[in-house]
Amino acid sequence: MEKIKSIEELRKLREHARESLKVRSGEAKVKIMVSMGTVGIAAGARDALMAIISELEKRQFHDAQIVERGSLGLDKEEPVVAVERDNKTVFYGKVTPEMAREIVAQHVINGQIVSEWVIAKE
Amino acid sequence: MKELSLNILDIVENSIKSGAKNINLEIEEENKKDFLIITVKDDGKGMDDEFVKIIFDPFTTTSTNKKVGLGLPLLREEAESCGGGIEIQSKKGKGTIVVVKFKHSHIDRPPMGDLASTILTIIATNPEINFSYVHKVNGKVFKLSTKEIREIVGDAAALRDVTILKWLGDYVRENIKTLYGGERSGKN
Ligand SMILES: Nc1ncnc2c1ncn2[C@@H]1O[C@H](COP(=O)(O)OP(=O)(O)O)[C@@H](O)[C@H]1O
Ligand SMILES: [Mg+2]
Repeated sequence: MEKIKSIEELRKLREHARESLKVRSGEAKVKIMVSMGTVGIAAGARDALMAIISELEKRQFHDAQIVERGSLGLDKEEPVVAVERDNKTVFYGKVTPEMAREIVAQHVINGQIVSEWVIAKE
Repeated sequence: MKELSLNILDIVENSIKSGAKNINLEIEEENKKDFLIITVKDDGKGMDDEFVKIIFDPFTTTSTNKKVGLGLPLLREEAESCGGGIEIQSKKGKGTIVVVKFKHSHIDRPPMGDLASTILTIIATNPEINFSYVHKVNGKVFKLSTKEIREIVGDAAALRDVTILKWLGDYVRENIKTLYGGERSGKN
């Protein structure tokens, strides 16, 4: 059986992370917003967020900041994920974990908006 | 909701919206005494007695971009239909305590579901809040506090790092699994 992780392992990880944190000591290049109201949560916002973190980690992309925002009043589009990059905010609707991974790979990391899932722009 | 862990996220989101700096989540489960109790305590802006009286009305919300607040009314219905109930105590300017009880073995009680993802969501989106999570299952206990974690990793910014978040998610997941006895039964 694998040994249970000790919280002390975090100290070592922190040393690792220090480098990437130094690089982005300013504003992160990309902001990812997930709407966490009751409707969003019931529709799968949490799992979309988990997929986003997992994909960012897999691709070792450290220049994104994840934040939550209240519901936008777009209940039927939940879960809603917004990506702010290059001074533009793009909203995606009905985001499944698979879509969330694709949005990270295409838009967050490469700046390519995934047009077919866009519900609004700002 | 289809998982209790989603309801937990929803109650904690209320605390976050209330501007809390400290949020404590405690879950206590006992199979012998047949209960599951979820307690969320915050030091947010609180509510006065008049407001608490109408809090389970679906039309009670202070949200500005919608007309209904369904979180608490739905949770009350869920708890009451599972041999339990919900209690809310609040003091304006001081904070709020929400206690939700279920009969553990009730056939309609939703499963706990992916609690580790709920915990990680709270930490990832609000790394600067002091969030503590205490989970007791038949006497076994797991505790986590973001205040302590921040002391280890240095600051809240490190809690935004995806490598650290991934590690934390795995850490919480492993420990919850151990709490439930190593393997997750279909319903826990
Ligand atoms: N922990 C809390 N602290 C302060 N106010 C709260 C808290 N929880 C709930 N409330 C108040 O009760 C209202 C109803 O909550 P809820 O049923 O979850 O609906 P919603 O969050 O969508 O408004 C909220 O709008 C808020 O004003
Ligand atoms: Mg709510």
